[in-house]
Amino acid sequence: MEKSKEWPLWEVFIRSKQGLNHKHVGSLRASDATMAIDNARDVYTRRSEGISIWVVPSNNITASDPSDEDSLFEPANSKVYRHPTFYDVPDGISHM
Amino acid sequence: MMEIDNKELENKFQQKIDRDIKIEPNDWMPDAYRTTLIRQISQHAHSEVVGMLPEGNWITRAPNLRRKAVLLAKVQDEAGHGLYLYSAAETLGADREQTIDDLHSGKAKYSSIFNYPTLTWADMGAVGWLVDGAAIMNQVPLCRCSYGPYARAMIRVCKEESFHQRQGFEIMTKLAGGAIEQKEMAQDALNRFWWPALMMFGPSDADSSHTEQSMKWKIKRHTNDELRQMFVDVTVPQIETLGLTVPDPDVKWNEVKGRYDYGPIDWDEFWQVVGGNGPCNKERVDARRKAKEDGKWVVEAAMAFTNKRNSKKSA
Amino acid sequence: MTTKEALYNYTLRMGDDSLILGQRLSELCGHGPILEEDIALTNISLDLIGQATLLLDYAGELDKDSRNKDQLAFLRIEKQYVNILLVEQPNGHFGDTILRQFLFDAYRTALLERLSTSKDKRLAGIAEKSLKETKYHLKHSSEWVIRLGDGTEESHLRIQNSLDKLFRYAHELFYENEVDNLLIKEGIVPSAQGIYPVWEKTVNDVLEAATLSLPKNNWKFQGGREGRHSEHMGYLLADMQYMQRTYPNMEW
Ligand SMILES: [Fe+2]
Ligand SMILES: [Fe+2]
Repeated sequence: MEKSKEWPLWEVFIRSKQGLNHKHVGSLRASDATMAIDNARDVYTRRSEGISIWVVPSNNITASDPSDEDSLFEPANSKVYRHPTFYDVPDGISHM
Repeated sequence: MMEIDNKELENKFQQKIDRDIKIEPNDWMPDAYRTTLIRQISQHAHSEVVGMLPEGNWITRAPNLRRKAVLLAKVQDEAGHGLYLYSAAETLGADREQTIDDLHSGKAKYSSIFNYPTLTWADMGAVGWLVDGAAIMNQVPLCRCSYGPYARAMIRVCKEESFHQRQGFEIMTKLAGGAIEQKEMAQDALNRFWWPALMMFGPSDADSSHTEQSMKWKIKRHTNDELRQMFVDVTVPQIETLGLTVPDPDVKWNEVKGRYDYGPIDWDEFWQVVGGNGPCNKERVDARRKAKEDGKWVVEAAMAFTNKRNSKKSA
Repeated sequence: MTTKEALYNYTLRMGDDSLILGQRLSELCGHGPILEEDIALTNISLDLIGQATLLLDYAGELDKDSRNKDQLAFLRIEKQYVNILLVEQPNGHFGDTILRQFLFDAYRTALLERLSTSKDKRLAGIAEKSLKETKYHLKHSSEWVIRLGDGTEESHLRIQNSLDKLFRYAHELFYENEVDNLLIKEGIVPSAQGIYPVWEKTVNDVLEAATLSLPKNNWKFQGGREGRHSEHMGYLLADMQYMQRTYPNMEW
């Protein structure tokens, strides 16, 4: 019962400058989303590390299972043809 | 059957570590690795937070506006460090409130340096310079620690630490070059913090129980004595630059070994302070417990408010 | 009184308000109710000490005795400080701290908004920079007043008490004398009449959302602007001035 009085955990994502993705920087506790943004500002951007903040309740994140790593990600390794270096380009051809 | 599985998992785990692949929260890890990390990270977090108190003691008495702002920003950073580290511990399943309660009940430890009192303004110099200096020495190798969230937290912490030591050294420089009272104040602070700073690296290797396993797991990269020696080697010349005296008559440059020799550490004092008999152990833990108790109604109110709003929304 | 003298007095008032409130909040560093809020309160304190630094620096330039900002901050006697009584009140519990902050932030935001277009360019510049910080302080303190007011029964009772106790000090925010009259005429500072309704609206809106009510007792304490302080001020100064008084004429 005591437990429910505790503030939930939030994951914090920060865009460090215009043009870049939001990046996960850590977590914190807050009672609501507004407070989570405020706290993230004070905890994670004291040295102008960001211009935009996302907060997500930690328990809303679904993660892939590390034991599925092989089946999820290894098949992509064999598809070398997705990478430009797979292809031979004759000497003298540029801008490709 | 289970046993064989675990052995195999453990081998795979160690191979990953040997190849410098980071371990992430959901990855399989031996229970002992998890417990060791939880203990180390939460002790580290407690040290950051308890560490706010000795310096916090002088914020209201800082001698000018610039020093007041700098010290305040520095102590605030330590709160941030505590938070990053509690977050890292939470990724291992350590509940922050439980961890903090362990500190308040005396079950969990923190760096014993913070059980010494800060008696003069010069202590702000000595703490920033020596204590943060020693902490940086400990923390830089931790940026390469095998556990991802801990390593990432340490990278952030180390970036922020760099100004802490400098502001401390700046205070010392001012004092050492100032009036006689100021110079005396500086020497006195150095005298009181020198040995406790050396003790910050922990018991000597011969008496350190966790070192070997922790090095194998790459939670630790250097032994306590190696780090302590590095600290002495960089700090002694700084003391000389300040024109102060090293409070250890045995400190001498050793030409053969290419490093400074130093005198024996009073390990009895160390164990006394760790065991609760330092000058401020009780005050430090009491202050943290009081902050939590005084804040309990605030934390509850905010949660009650959120719950009310949420139920209004869904109604 | 010359414009310069009036301006000196005015920047000193603002500087002292910022300094003393910043000093009060700095006492809490390491003792906040939860780590996240500890960091937030310290940020506000840092902003206020930064604002005090800018304001006292300017006051020093206007000062006929040409004292610098640190001499002004640390070496006056109590009755030469002209902050309002509200900001020197002790931190009390978190509700007291946050309510004191809210009453001040609501006033400061309205003041700085107007000051940022002052004919005095220096003051306008300081106001513009401070406004960004103070708007955030107001947001933070308002949110907390609402959370505590509409939180638990206990928190409601506690912050209602804070309001009953501290509201009596709020009127002094709108104190005016010949300093203001002169500067208002010159278009350098706004009048209290212009700021008061904005402050009142902010206060009423937030208190309503917080389910709090204004105290029936509308006694008005004042004196700080004229150098008559509460008993708390002496201790605050003893602490703050300790180094400068114990070791005169040294650099730190
Ligand atoms: Fe730190
Ligand atoms: Fe530090």
